[in-house]
Amino acid sequence: MATGIRTNELRKVYHSAPPLAAGGGGFSFAEKRSKGKQPKPEIVALNGISLDIHSGEIFCLLGPNGAGKSTTVGVLTTRVKPTAGEAWIGDHDVWKEQSAVKRLIGVVAQRPNLDFSLTAREILVFHGAYFGLSSHERNHRAAALLERFKLTDRADQIVRGFSGGMMQRLSIARAMMHDPQVLFLDEPSAGLDPQTRLLLWEIIREYNRSGKTVLLTTHNMEEADALCQRLAIVDHGRIIALGTPTELKASVPGGYLVRVRFGRHSPDLFERLQALSGVREVRAAENSGADLYADRGGSLVSEVANLALAANIELCDVHISEPSLENLFLHHTGRSLRE
Amino acid sequence: MNYKAFMAMLARDARVARRNIVALLFQTFLQPLMFVFIFGRVMVGSGYMPPSYKSLLLPGIMALSMVGTGIWAVAMPLIGEFQFTREIEDRLLAPMDISWVAIEKVVAGTLQALAAGLMVIPFAWLLLRPGVDLSLHRPILFAVVALLVAVFSACGGLALGCSVEQTHIGLMFSLVVAPMIFFGCTYYPWSALANFPVMQKIVLVNPLVYASEGLRATLVPQFPHLSLLAVFVALLGFNALFLTVGLRQFHKKAVS
Repeated sequence: MATGIRTNELRKVYHSAPPLAAGGGGFSFAEKRSKGKQPKPEIVALNGISLDIHSGEIFCLLGPNGAGKSTTVGVLTTRVKPTAGEAWIGDHDVWKEQSAVKRLIGVVAQRPNLDFSLTAREILVFHGAYFGLSSHERNHRAAALLERFKLTDRADQIVRGFSGGMMQRLSIARAMMHDPQVLFLDEPSAGLDPQTRLLLWEIIREYNRSGKTVLLTTHNMEEADALCQRLAIVDHGRIIALGTPTELKASVPGGYLVRVRFGRHSPDLFERLQALSGVREVRAAENSGADLYADRGGSLVSEVANLALAANIELCDVHISEPSLENLFLHHTGRSLRE
Repeated sequence: MNYKAFMAMLARDARVARRNIVALLFQTFLQPLMFVFIFGRVMVGSGYMPPSYKSLLLPGIMALSMVGTGIWAVAMPLIGEFQFTREIEDRLLAPMDISWVAIEKVVAGTLQALAAGLMVIPFAWLLLRPGVDLSLHRPILFAVVALLVAVFSACGGLALGCSVEQTHIGLMFSLVVAPMIFFGCTYYPWSALANFPVMQKIVLVNPLVYASEGLRATLVPQFPHLSLLAVFVALLGFNALFLTVGLRQFHKKAVS
C-alpha cells in the first residue's frame, strides 16, 4: 500500500523550552508554575504547516536550526501533540490512530536515542520483536542490516562505547528494521564524515527505490539538492517555499546572487546598480552592503566595480553565488541558512 | 494492547536485569541482610534485644527489600531513559499505546520486587536461625499481601521516576525514600508507636506501614499488627493512586 504524508495547518505552541521529544535543546527544564500573575512565555514552533508529501517520494524540510523541522517530524511521529491542525500518515490520523501510524513509520531522531543497555544486535532484534517479527525473521534482518551498515564486527558489543557515526548508522538500521512504509530522518547526516554521508545517501535512495516514502530534515542545502525530489523551506514555523530543487532555484530572480559591500552607503549608487543589464533586484544588506539578484554572475563584477569607482566609493567585498537554494532562502528571509 | 510488543519489552528488561545480575543482587540484599545481621544476631545475641525480635524483624525486612527493589527497578531506569539520551524512544515508537510501556515497567518492577521478597526470607532465616518463628498459616492471604506490596513498590517507582529529574535523585532518596523506610514500621510494629500518638497517626499516610504490617499479619500473626482489612484497603488505594499519578506523569514526559 502506498503511503504519503499530509498535514493541515499544523500549529505548535510551547509554554516553556521545547521538550526533548521535539528534539529542541539539550536540557530539560522543570516547568515553572506561574501563579496567574505573569503570562507564560509562548514559543511558537509551528505556525500553520500544511504539507502534502506524495507516496514514494524523498521529501526534504530545509531550514535553519529552530525553524520547526524537528517539531514537524515530532508531530508526524506521534511524539509531539500539536496545539492545532491535523496530520495523517496514509489514511491514518497521527494523533487518533497512533498504533496504526507507528506500524507504518520508522524514525531516526536528531540525536542517537539508542537503548544503551543493549548490544547493537540486540537493539535491532528487540526492535523487530516490538514490531512482532518472528524470531527467525528478526535475527536474519538484523544480521543483514548490520552488514549493510558496516557494523558486523561490533555487533555484539554494548553500544555505549560506539562513536557518533556508528550510533547514527545503527539508529538508521533500527528505523529500517521493521521495513516501514515511511522513513523519517531528522538531520541524518549531521556529524557524519563525507564517506559515511555518501553511504547514507545511497542507502536512502535505495530504500526509496523500493517504493518507500522518505521525509528528511536538513540545514544542508547540498544534501537537500542532491537527495530530494521535492522540498519545503521552513523558517519560523512556516513554509516559505515548496517545490522541486530545480523549480525553487529557478524562482530566485535571475538565479545568481552577487553580494557586495561598499565603504559607505549611497542610494544613488544603488539606483545605478539596479539599472545594470541582467540585474533583477537590488536589496540593501548590512554594513553598507547590497545583494544583487541577477541572471549572470562574474561578468557583473567589473561593471559594479566601475560604478563604485565612478561614484568614488570603495568596493570592500564581493561574493558570487551560483543559482542555489541558499540564494532562495536569503531572498525570502534576508538571512543566510548558515547564520 | 499489543501482546507481542509487551512481551518483547518484558524480555528486554529481563535481558538487561540478567546482564546486571551481580550488581542487582548486591543492591537488593546487601543492606537488608546487614540489618538482619546487626539487629537480629548482634543485638539479640548480646542481650540488648529480646530473642522474639528476630521474628518481628523478618517481615519488616521483607517489606523493605521488596519496596526498595521495586522502586529502584522502575524509577532509576525511567529517570535515565527520559534524560537527553531519550533511550526509551524506541519503545514509545512501538506499535501500541504508550501507557502500556509504563505498565510493562510496572509489571517488570513487580516481578523483581516479588523475587526480592521471596528470596530475602530464606537468606534472613539462615542468618537468624534458630529462634525465628514464622507461621505461614494463611498462604493465600500472604501471597495477596506480597503481590499488593510488590505492585505498590513498582507503581511508586513509576510515579517517582516520572516526577524526578536526574539531578534530584539524591534528594528523592533523602526526602522521600529514607523517611518512608524509617517511619514505615519496618523495624518495629505500628503498635510500638503508641507512646507517640501523634506520630502514630501521621505515619498512616506512609504506604510502607501497611506493607510491613500486612506481611507481619500473615507471617508472624503472634505479634500485634494492623487489621488485614485496613492493609488491603490502604494498599489497593495507594496502588491505584500511584498508578494514576505515574501514568499521568509518564504521558507528560513521553509526549511534548
